[in-house]
Amino acid sequence: MPEVAIGLWCIAGFLGTGVLAVVLGGRAIATPLVYGTTLVIALAALLLALDVLLGGRPATATVLPIGLPGLGAHFRLDSLSAFFMLVVNFGAAASSLYAIGYGRHEHAPMRVLPFFGPFLAGMNLVLLAADGFSFLLSWEFMSLASWTLVVSHHQVAANIRAGFTYLAMASFGTLCLLLALGLLAAAGGEFTFERMRTATVSESVAATATLLALIGAGSKAGLVPLHVWLPLAHPAAPSHVSALLSGVMTKVGIYGFIRIVFDVVGDFSPWAGLVVVVAGGATAALGVLYAVMQRDLKRLLAYSTVENIGIVFIGLGLALAFRANGQGPAAALALTAALFHVFNHSVFKSLLFFGAGAVLSATGERDMEKLGGLVHRMPQTAVVFLIGCMSIAALPPLNGFVSEWMTFQAILLSPQLPQWGLKFAVPAVGAMLALAAALAGACFVKAFGVVFLSRPRSSAAATAVEVDGFSLTAMLLLAWVCVLAGTLPGFVIDALSPVARELTWSALPAQAGLPWLSIVPIAESRSSYNGLVIFFFLVVSGVMTAVVVHRLASRSTRTSPIWDCGYPLDSPVTQYTSSSFAMPIRRVFGTVLFAVHETVDMPRPGEMRAARFRMRVRDPAWRFLYGPLVRWIMRSAQRLNRLQFLTIRRYLALVFAALIVLMLVVAIWR
Amino acid sequence: MSPLWFDIAHLFAAGVLVLSLMLLYQDRITAVINVFALQAVVLSLSVGWQSIVQGAPHLLATAFIALIAKGIIIPTALHRIVRKLDVHREVERVVSGGLTMLAGLALVALSILLVQPVVETADPVAREDFAFALAVVLLGLLLMITRRNAVTQVVGFMSLENGLILAATGARGMPLVVEVSVAFSVLIAFIVFGVFVFRIRERFDTVDVNVLERFRGERREHL
Amino acid sequence: MALTVELALQLLQIGMVVAIAPLIMGITRKVRARLLRRRGPPLVQPYLDLWKLMHKEVVVAPNASWVYRRAPYVVFAATWVAAGLVPTYATGLLFSWSADLIAVIALLGTARFALALAGMDVGTAFGGLGSSREMMIASLAEPAMLLISFAVALIAGTTQLSAIAALFSTGDVGVRVSLGLALLALIVVGIAENARIPIDNPATHLELTMVHEAMILEYSGRHLAMIEAAAQLKLVLYFSLVACLFAPFGMAVGGDQSALALGIGIVTFLGKLAVFAVLLPIAETTVAKMRVFRYPAFVGSAFAAAALAVFLRFVSRGF
Repeated sequence: MPEVAIGLWCIAGFLGTGVLAVVLGGRAIATPLVYGTTLVIALAALLLALDVLLGGRPATATVLPIGLPGLGAHFRLDSLSAFFMLVVNFGAAASSLYAIGYGRHEHAPMRVLPFFGPFLAGMNLVLLAADGFSFLLSWEFMSLASWTLVVSHHQVAANIRAGFTYLAMASFGTLCLLLALGLLAAAGGEFTFERMRTATVSESVAATATLLALIGAGSKAGLVPLHVWLPLAHPAAPSHVSALLSGVMTKVGIYGFIRIVFDVVGDFSPWAGLVVVVAGGATAALGVLYAVMQRDLKRLLAYSTVENIGIVFIGLGLALAFRANGQGPAAALALTAALFHVFNHSVFKSLLFFGAGAVLSATGERDMEKLGGLVHRMPQTAVVFLIGCMSIAALPPLNGFVSEWMTFQAILLSPQLPQWGLKFAVPAVGAMLALAAALAGACFVKAFGVVFLSRPRSSAAATAVEVDGFSLTAMLLLAWVCVLAGTLPGFVIDALSPVARELTWSALPAQAGLPWLSIVPIAESRSSYNGLVIFFFLVVSGVMTAVVVHRLASRSTRTSPIWDCGYPLDSPVTQYTSSSFAMPIRRVFGTVLFAVHETVDMPRPGEMRAARFRMRVRDPAWRFLYGPLVRWIMRSAQRLNRLQFLTIRRYLALVFAALIVLMLVVAIWR
Repeated sequence: MSPLWFDIAHLFAAGVLVLSLMLLYQDRITAVINVFALQAVVLSLSVGWQSIVQGAPHLLATAFIALIAKGIIIPTALHRIVRKLDVHREVERVVSGGLTMLAGLALVALSILLVQPVVETADPVAREDFAFALAVVLLGLLLMITRRNAVTQVVGFMSLENGLILAATGARGMPLVVEVSVAFSVLIAFIVFGVFVFRIRERFDTVDVNVLERFRGERREHL
Repeated sequence: MALTVELALQLLQIGMVVAIAPLIMGITRKVRARLLRRRGPPLVQPYLDLWKLMHKEVVVAPNASWVYRRAPYVVFAATWVAAGLVPTYATGLLFSWSADLIAVIALLGTARFALALAGMDVGTAFGGLGSSREMMIASLAEPAMLLISFAVALIAGTTQLSAIAALFSTGDVGVRVSLGLALLALIVVGIAENARIPIDNPATHLELTMVHEAMILEYSGRHLAMIEAAAQLKLVLYFSLVACLFAPFGMAVGGDQSALALGIGIVTFLGKLAVFAVLLPIAETTVAKMRVFRYPAFVGSAFAAAALAVFLRFVSRGF
């Protein structure tokens, strides 16, 4: 059986779990059984993807007699699809494992269980689709399935609003993709990607299709300013689904972009790369600024997803620019960096959302102002969450740093681009990336420090208990992957080389055989990094120092009340909170960009009322883009509303007028 | 030209540009004047070096004029004006400092970007001087736009003129007479500005040019 | 055999930076004291302080977690590894390829991350204040630092510190405004990152003006010793970064491992550090401490200078 057929069977299996969930109904066994089944299927699909990717197997294709009559639905599994299948099903497996434990806390499991499998099926289907029709159909299926999960907690009004925003943005995105694929299909005369790939299109068509794909796929991935639905929708879902939405589904959006732009459209102009790079840089910098200012833990994570998507798009844009100039090795480096970051982000963002879910199920709180001190109550979750935070903050020796380092290396190759505009723009975007990396550090110091460290800020946080074994196992697994991918990045890079070769006709030199397992993307005289040696040095020097100090100097410890410069106050409200932690950054970066407005209402001595602090942060995307748009639509709708209250004579007149206009059009443009 | 000679020319020309950016960064009026004086000195060094490199002695005269007029006379006069007007306070900005700096950097990038491909075949020194000169002119304009204080605006104008001189030296063969007349007109402009500043002060009791706009009825409501 | 020698040379560098770090701090304190017309502590005082702190009992708040207890060692280890990988007296040492300039910057980020978390652990107002401000300064200084590395790497064509030092020591790069601006930016960033005046005052415990000291307020005994040692190492790291990028003369380059070359390398390196350690307090005594919300303009100027350095690279004579 060809590999693609096995993939399709897995998808059928995922769909089957939806049916299984319906059949089982609300029985208690349903949760472990459904998630257990999805876990097994996801592992099977994962093995398949690994086999295709590492085994260097050729692409396999098949046509199913479903879909449009006479055309059939085309499916294909090549190394690009295989890589994304790996990302999707790894996330799916972790999420299923986590959900076996976490799903028990669900109040209405029947609102989640039947849609979980189909959602996974939808994502896998997008990856395998090889013609425009089945691609768009799978895309919409994935959107709808995820939408049902977003609105599963429908009692909360905000979730319904999030669902509506998501639906609107998803439809808009699909429309753009539809137009893009339509343009490309018109050139080839057929819907299959195979035909579109070989067809030659004019530069203007290619540019339009690329732009439309950027908007369409970018709205799914969360590119600024199309990100507005993401921080609303991702936190609304149950946490294991949030992890899938943020860690995995955004990657399917990226896959869509790569498939259409890199594979189907092909090269046309290096300036396309510039657009993508700048969009990525703006997304990275803005996304992390939003994230720093959040006080809702899951929303913070969702905004940080926006940032990471920006980093991926910087790599993709660079790869486009290098490839259009025929600079294969540089393009391969940029693309590998982007794909590596796709993998890394799917791992640590899932881990962090799982951690947020653990906190949520233990305390019932997402608001960081009411958390704190959980490191004592949930020690294991704290360790894995810390590893996730350090990875996403791009700290060596963990995995987030490696992909950002590779992106920086790709940026530093920009002087070899012949276009002067690119030579200048790319380092400027590099500065934005650097800003994003530094702010991500601040953001996750805040996330971990406020939630897990310090003293509990509410009784719920003070009485939290550690989560169950399944959830912990899932998180531990992801944390290990973070450490391993950070210390042994060479193997990941080698695994990505078939994808790079397929898309840029060039690949990074093989890394696994290098001495000391370091990574050398171009040449040793240019740059190299060795996570393993750094990790080893850190451990040895840290442990050695600790042992020496404890042996030769003092090892005695005394517990005594907090000193705090002589002003210890018992109340936990005297601590820094999430908002106060972010205040300096808010003031430095937010005053102009986010129109941050803070008012402090401090009662005079003797007054008995409470002091008040009010803060307003305005999202520039809502302020300048969506706000006016929504107002305009509402106004037009109000005006059109009058049409509902006309007399029958006027309705007839309208129909008559429309008929006449149509006839005139036909008469004139015949 | 040997690399070292080129490097020194590069150093002086870029020094003028860096000082232009420093003008943007300064927010005390005395510091603005001092940086401006320093810019004039570096400019005269740059022009003087060019005169040696190009073997054009008349450029020495230009350098000398720049040094005397802009490095000494005008800054001293400006310091006197500031002392007389008693405006040692901070310069108000229309846009925030960070944004102004970013805009300045973008202008530098833009001018290098514009000039570099156009004159790629030209002599590297001329090419570089053109890029820097354009940037200095644009930064002078930016300084005039972002500041409200009339004295700082004068400095912005003068620094803009520094950029013109830099361009002229790079171009080779600008006649001395043009140079002298430009210098003369700048001096005249300075005198006019000086009188103007004192007039504003007498009339409105401030040197904030926004007050003038209010007088003309142009000022928008929310300012 | 060759490997043993190489390993020994690398370990010599790693050991040397940690051994001289307190001395360098001692020089800056002494010079500063003399400039303020005080006698000042003896040069070896930082060693004595570390010795004393290490032998003292650690006092820990009851709600301090393992993060608080482990953080000092993580901070020290990360700073030490970073400092040990910056070329000091010779290029091309055994492990010089394991971390480039970007990785060194990121390792300092790891140390900062750990310290900021430790500041928040006990849950005091001061600790949070210190961490919050530290991360704000870092969010400005780290991009500036990365832009500096861009400027240098775009000129040298590599981010490998050893390769950059080897190239720059030949003098082929000439006089470049880009490099001058990068140096200026590096000095500003170094001042901000090392908590020196005008950003922070290492000698104060006045709550409104401190950043670094506020974070470590609760620490005592061997934990405090580790953090102090890490701060001293960080200063040495920045000094050797300046020396390696902008004054690489005297270093043993190109795998020259003769005793003479290495000796010259070590002597010139120590000399450079001593000069920097004298210059730093001189600069510090001429300025006043800034208000917290003046920092962005100050550190932002480093960002601007580094960005300008990157742009001007394109007009300099190209390679």
